[in-house]
This record gives sequence, structure tokens and C-alpha cells, in this order.
Amino acid sequence: MIDPDFVELSRWQFAATALYHFLFVPLTLGLSWLLVIMETVYVMTGKEIYKDMTRFWGKLFGINFALGVTTGLTMEFEFGTNWSYYSHYVGDVFGAPLAIEGLMAFFLESTFIGLFFLGWEKLSKRKHLAVTFFTALGSNLSALWILVANGWMQNPVGAVFSPQTMRMEMQSFSQVFFNPVAQVKFVHTVAAGYVTGSMFVLGVSAWHILKGRDLPFMRRSFAVAVGFGLASCLSVIVLGDESGYTLGDVQKVKLAAIEAEWHTEPAPAAFTLFGLPSQEKQETEAKIQIPWMMGLIATRSLDKPVEGLRDLMVKHEQRIRSGMLAYDGLMKIRGGDASPETKALFDAHAKDIGYGLLLKQFTDNPAQASDEQVKAAVKTTIPTVWPLFWAFRVMVGMGFVMLFVFAAGFWLNAAKRLEQNRWMLWLAVLAIPAPWIACETGWLVAEFGRQPWAIGEVLPTFLATSSLTRADLVFSLACFLTFYTLLLVIEIFLMQKYARLGPSSLGLGRYHFETKHALYAD
Amino acid sequence: MFDFLDYATLKFIWWILVGALLMGFAIADGMDMGVGVLLPFVARADAERRIAINTVGPHWDGNQVWLITAGGAIFAAWPAVYAAAFSGFYMAMLLVLFALFFRPVGFDYRSKIDNDVWRSAWDWGLFVGGAVPALIFGVAFGNLLQGVPFHLDDMLRPHYQGSLLTALLPLLNPFARLAGAISLGMFTVHGGLWLQLRADDPVASRARKTVMALAPAVALLFLGAGVWLWFGVDGYRVISAPAHDALPNPLAKEVVRATHAWFDIYAAVPAAAAAPVAGVLGPLVAATLAFARRPGWGFVASALGMVGVIGSAGLSMFPFIMPSSLDPRSSLTIWDAPSSHLTLTVMLIATAIFLPIVLGYTIWCYANMWGRVTAKEIEAQSHSAY
Repeated sequence: MIDPDFVELSRWQFAATALYHFLFVPLTLGLSWLLVIMETVYVMTGKEIYKDMTRFWGKLFGINFALGVTTGLTMEFEFGTNWSYYSHYVGDVFGAPLAIEGLMAFFLESTFIGLFFLGWEKLSKRKHLAVTFFTALGSNLSALWILVANGWMQNPVGAVFSPQTMRMEMQSFSQVFFNPVAQVKFVHTVAAGYVTGSMFVLGVSAWHILKGRDLPFMRRSFAVAVGFGLASCLSVIVLGDESGYTLGDVQKVKLAAIEAEWHTEPAPAAFTLFGLPSQEKQETEAKIQIPWMMGLIATRSLDKPVEGLRDLMVKHEQRIRSGMLAYDGLMKIRGGDASPETKALFDAHAKDIGYGLLLKQFTDNPAQASDEQVKAAVKTTIPTVWPLFWAFRVMVGMGFVMLFVFAAGFWLNAAKRLEQNRWMLWLAVLAIPAPWIACETGWLVAEFGRQPWAIGEVLPTFLATSSLTRADLVFSLACFLTFYTLLLVIEIFLMQKYARLGPSSLGLGRYHFETKHALYAD
Repeated sequence: MFDFLDYATLKFIWWILVGALLMGFAIADGMDMGVGVLLPFVARADAERRIAINTVGPHWDGNQVWLITAGGAIFAAWPAVYAAAFSGFYMAMLLVLFALFFRPVGFDYRSKIDNDVWRSAWDWGLFVGGAVPALIFGVAFGNLLQGVPFHLDDMLRPHYQGSLLTALLPLLNPFARLAGAISLGMFTVHGGLWLQLRADDPVASRARKTVMALAPAVALLFLGAGVWLWFGVDGYRVISAPAHDALPNPLAKEVVRATHAWFDIYAAVPAAAAAPVAGVLGPLVAATLAFARRPGWGFVASALGMVGVIGSAGLSMFPFIMPSSLDPRSSLTIWDAPSSHLTLTVMLIATAIFLPIVLGYTIWCYANMWGRVTAKEIEAQSHSAY
């Protein structure tokens, strides 16, 4: 039988390691292109200051990148170590983009990154720029393939369940690759990364401008970041994930949960700005709503309704009952029954086999599940609403805060009034954590919102685990927490040390701490 | 459009390709892991250590992708193996993972603070990051050859005996320890030859002496493992199984444990014996070339030796990938562990396109960074070098 505590521990470990990995990834995605921009200006104009900018921001990039690689290793291992049934069940589809990610992206990014740091003396200007470009391209391609894989978890197209091999098998690679959910996710995620990189450079530059240090260097950095950041921030918001929410049942459930919409509202639905969702009563209390807003965001129309959770759950019950028949057929087929009737029975209900498997948490034989067990299973077909409701609002809120920072910064910088408006510079410094908060809550919306499924409507999360014990998980989780805390302390220590030191850390003898004060003071 | 190769042929090709990726990992990443292992011993003062580290500094990360891609390829091509092996060796995998943690941060953070304790701590981190994975990969092969205690249930979910916390000790049985010593030894020799080739003295000359002493021992241990395998380790043999192009179902075959079964392949295909011969000769030739101060060719010999060792393990077990000691029927073979025809085809196309490109730019990167790393050079780039 399923041990719910063990499933919880497995989920906590995955969430902790993924969220932790995702602290470093967005900065890599964005900062890498900012380095390409700075170095391109250097190669085109020949101005040394742009080379110094590339090298200094590159140093901070490296401190972050090291932990991105470290924590990425965990992710590559973790599907096999902790989600072994998942690996067996969907490896045929999910494994391919992961392997291609290695071949196409990881090799590119990792082979060139060393030359970015250590090749300044040995490579010509143009060769070095090419190295920087390929590093950025590699990291962004890596995002593409992992999101193709992740998009398939949300909306598993191009594959079908095979009773003979007892797993999902790929039917069309192009459908998996061109999965609309994956494509939307890719654009949304990399643009969020660009915002993160820009906000980081913006905040650190603003801090140095406030202190009056290395002004020509920091003004230029600010200008590059504010332009790239404004464009990216607009992309994140305009090309937001929302357009993907009309595709597939999982996305519909996620959207209804984000909005805490229990009943289907007539189109165009209102957007709930504030509310207290109650899972038990299946109602949202103390709502403050903006009319029409949500219908527009979610369906881009005024006439399509957004389905509510209660109505979705009515459909889920039908699919669970159909899934019981599919499970019955599956067991007969695996038991050696090759009759055409059994095959016809299974084929008729095959698309609901995942819903049948949801009953496995209540009974060993879903084909014989009681009405109570079906009712209980229906309740598990939607995620817990309140974390999604709030995570989404925090993410969007941060998005608009950042849009304001970039827009105001862009305006004041263009009008050459930046340094007179010290509030703007302070605001940029204070906004440094905003992209990370948005990215982490965004991850939560996407992945917690997918529950109870590991693979949407195909494989329930509780079945996807490995056959480990609680002790195994407690031990590994404790190790991860210890290692990761230690590494984070070291990373932040180095990051703030070098960020404060500024370009003086390059040892070129021409920056603030090298000319006016002793090196490594402050 | 996508069925230009039949299923059985594709399954066989993927056995070769996964093997090739593991060999690529040993040749590329084995080198910088070996440098990590040798670091505290052949380089003493900080200047010397920086020389050793910077011979692999620009390349270690790209090299490590061979391991990551091999993992990804196993996931995509043999999902059943990825599922059973990664979770069945849970504690060993975690150990490898935690050891690998030290490498990215060790390389990048070490030179960022000028403090002896800080730098020495990261040096030991790089040592652990090289030595532990090298050892554990050998131990894993040692266990595969003896069979792994797992079974598959009727839904093809892998199960193991008891808690994996306590399963770590049996993994470290004497034969597996010998296999671990071989892989640790061959990576170290490989790294030593690289240091002899790329580092300035005295690091290079110390590395040379280490190679001369260690490489013959590796050859001897490998030979010893072969003898032990003949006399002391039972193999597995497939008695009956569905056709090679059948839909993968591990539970549809019959398997027995049998003495000397791991030597069947050499009787059936005598040419396969080239692998163990290369495994013995490679390190011996490498030692000779190190002595003759030809580390470049020595590096090639060491690479061929590793191809021989890994090839021997793979060939001996053919067609098994992961035999089960608990329930031999659950054993995973190259015929019943692969993914679907389409996935294998798509992956083959991707590999055919990207692997040559990867090899091309990898060579470009090595060529551009070529040259002996000297103390003077490190001094001049003190703020940017590792």
C-alpha cells in the first residue's frame, strides 16, 4: 500500500531541490545575454570599459553558475533515484528531451564556459565573444529542452499508454516538441530569467552609483540592464503563461485553482483580487473582485467561460469510473487475456487509465473500488487551492513592481535625471529580491498546480515514487538541506563580497578601491 | 519515415552508444577527476596547486557533461535501467552526487579568497569530487557483475530488499572493492599523464613518477579481477526469451545463474577478447610512455586501456545490463529494457547530428587553450585564473 508520509517526503525533497536549483538558473539565463551585449559593444567599439564590464559581471555570473551546475546535477539524478516508477512509466517520452538537452545544450554551455573565464589572454576578441555567445545560447537551449519535458508533464501530447510494456510510449516527437504548453512555458521562463539578470545588474549598479563609486562603469551597466530589463519584463507580462491555461484538463484545473473559482461563472469571468479559499466548503470567502478581468486574461475573449472546480470535479468522477474499467481491462490483458472483447474494453477507456490509477491510494484493486473510494478519489483530483491562489498573486504583484522599477529607471536614465532621484536608485537596490520571489512562486504555481498528477491525467504523483523507505528519505533530505544551506551561505558570502568590491576585483589597478583606498577595504 | 532501422538493430546500437558515452566520460572526465585525486599529493604549495588545477580549469565542466549525457541517454534509451539502477543504488548515487557537489564550487571559488585554510579546504573538496565518483563507478560495475538484489512486480515497479541505508555495506563487498580500486586507479593514471603533459615542473615530474608506479598496478588488478571473475563470481545466462524485436517485457524471459557464464561471449566471439587485452596492455604501455617522457601518447594508451576495461565489463555481461540476483527473471537486458522504436530512432538521429558537433567544438576549445601551464602565467592572471 501507499505510505502517504513517504510520498510527502519524496515530494518535499523534489520541491526543495528544484526550488533551490531555480535560485541560480534564472540569473544564468539572463546574465549570460547581458554579458553578450556588453562584450559585443566592446568588440564593436574597442572601449576597454566594456571589456571590464563583461569581466566583472562575468565574475558574479561565475559565482552563481557554479551553484547552478552543482544543483543541476541533483535534478539529473533525482528522477531515477527518487521517482523510479515515473522513470519507468514515462522515460520513453520524458527521457528523450532530457538526453537531447545534454547533447545539444549542456555540452555547448559547459564546454565554452571555462574559456569564458580563462580564455581572455589566449583567445582573440572575436573568438572570445563567440565563446560568450555559445555559453548564453547553451544555457537558453537547456531551458528549452527541460521545458519541453516539463510541458509534457502538464499536457502530455504525442504519446499513448501501452498495456504490453506497461508504460507511456511516444507516438510523435514533433507533437511533444511543439506542445503549445511547452512553447508558452519556454518563452515565459527565459524572459523571467532575463528580468532576473537585469534586476540583479540594475540593483548592484544602483548601489555603487549611490556610493559614488566607479560611476562611468556603473552608469553604463545600469543603462544596459534597464533597457534589456524593460523589454524582458514587458515580455513576461504580455506573453505570460496564461494563454496556456485553456489547454488540457490539468491547465484548466490549475487556472480555476489560481482564481479560487469553485463555480463556473458566466463569461467574461471576474478576477478575484483578494479572497480566502476554503477547500472544505469548496467556496472562496471575503472576495474582492474585478469584473471581466479574468475572462480576458485566461481566455482572451469575452464569451468563453472559465470552468469552476466543482464542475471540473463532476467530470473527474465520470473519468474515474471509466478509469476503473480501463484498469480492469489492463489487468486482464497483462494476465494473458488476448480476447478482442477485453482489448475493445481497454481501448474504449484507455484514455482514463490515469484516473483509474488515482484509486490506488485507497484500494489495491481500482476495478472493484467502492462508491466512497471513488468519492474520496474525486476530492484528490484538484490541488490545495490557497497556496496557488496566493503564490500566483505574489508572482504577478512582483511582476508589476519590477515593471514599474524598469520603466521609471528607463525614463529617468533617458532624461539624464537618474542621479538626482536617489529614491529610484534605492528602489532598484531594494527590488533585487523581487525576481527571485516571482520565479519561485511561479514554479510553485506551475508544479503544485499540476497536482495530484506527476504527468497530467496519466500518472498520479503518489505512484511515481521509488520503492524506498522513510528512513532513506529522511537521511537524504537531511543531507541535501545541510549541503545546500552550507553552499548557499558560501555563495552569498562571495557574491556580496565581489558585488561590493565592484570592478576593483579585477585587479586592473584603475578602479575605486585600487586608486583611492587600499585594496579589499570596505 | 522513422523506421529505416529495425527495432532489434536499434536496441543493439543503443547498447554500443551508451557504452561509448561511458567510455567518453572516462576519457574526458576521468582525466580531470584523476587530477583532483592527485592534487594534494603532486602539488604542494599554492602556486603548484594552481598550476595543476588550471590544466583542467577550462575543460572539466564540459568533460562532466559526458556523465550527465550518459545519464540522460540511459533515461531515454533504457528507462527501466535508469529506474532500477538509480534507485536501487540509492545511497551510492547520493554519495557520488554529494562528492560531485565539491567540483563546480571547488574550481570556481577556490581562488576567490586568498587564505590558506580556504584554499586547502577546496583542494580536498576537489580530491573528494574526483576520488569518490571514480571509486563508486567501479563499485557499481563490480556489483552489476555479481547481480543486484532487486525484482520487478507485475506493474514493472522495481523493489529492493529492506532499507537502502543498510544496503550500502553489502555493496562494498570485496570483489566490488577491487573493481572500485581499478576504476580509481585508471582515472588517477589518466589524470597523472595529463599533468605530465600540461603542467610545469615540479608537478609534471611528480605526476610522471606516480604514473610509472601506479599504472602497472592497475593492469595487475584488472588481470586479478578477471581471474576472480572466472573462479569466484557466477554469471547469468538467458535460457529462453522473446524475439529481439519484441516489445520490451523483462518478465517474459528465463534466466539462470551459471558458473563461467560471464565468459560465454569470448567463446562465441573470439574478437571480443581484444577488450580485456587492451585493458591490461593500455596501462602497461602508458607507464612505459610516461617513463620515456611521451605523456601525449601515454594519454592515448591510457584512454585505450579504459575503453578496454569498460568494454570488458560490458561484453562479459552481454546481453545483460543489470542482472537480478534476487529474481533472475527480472534481470534487465539490452533486448527488454529499451524504450520504444520511435524514441530510439529519434535519439539516434539527435546523437548522429550533435555528437560530431560536440566533438568538433571540444577539440577547438582544447586547441585554443593548449600549452604548458606555468607559475609565471598564473601569477600574471592571478585575479582571473582558478
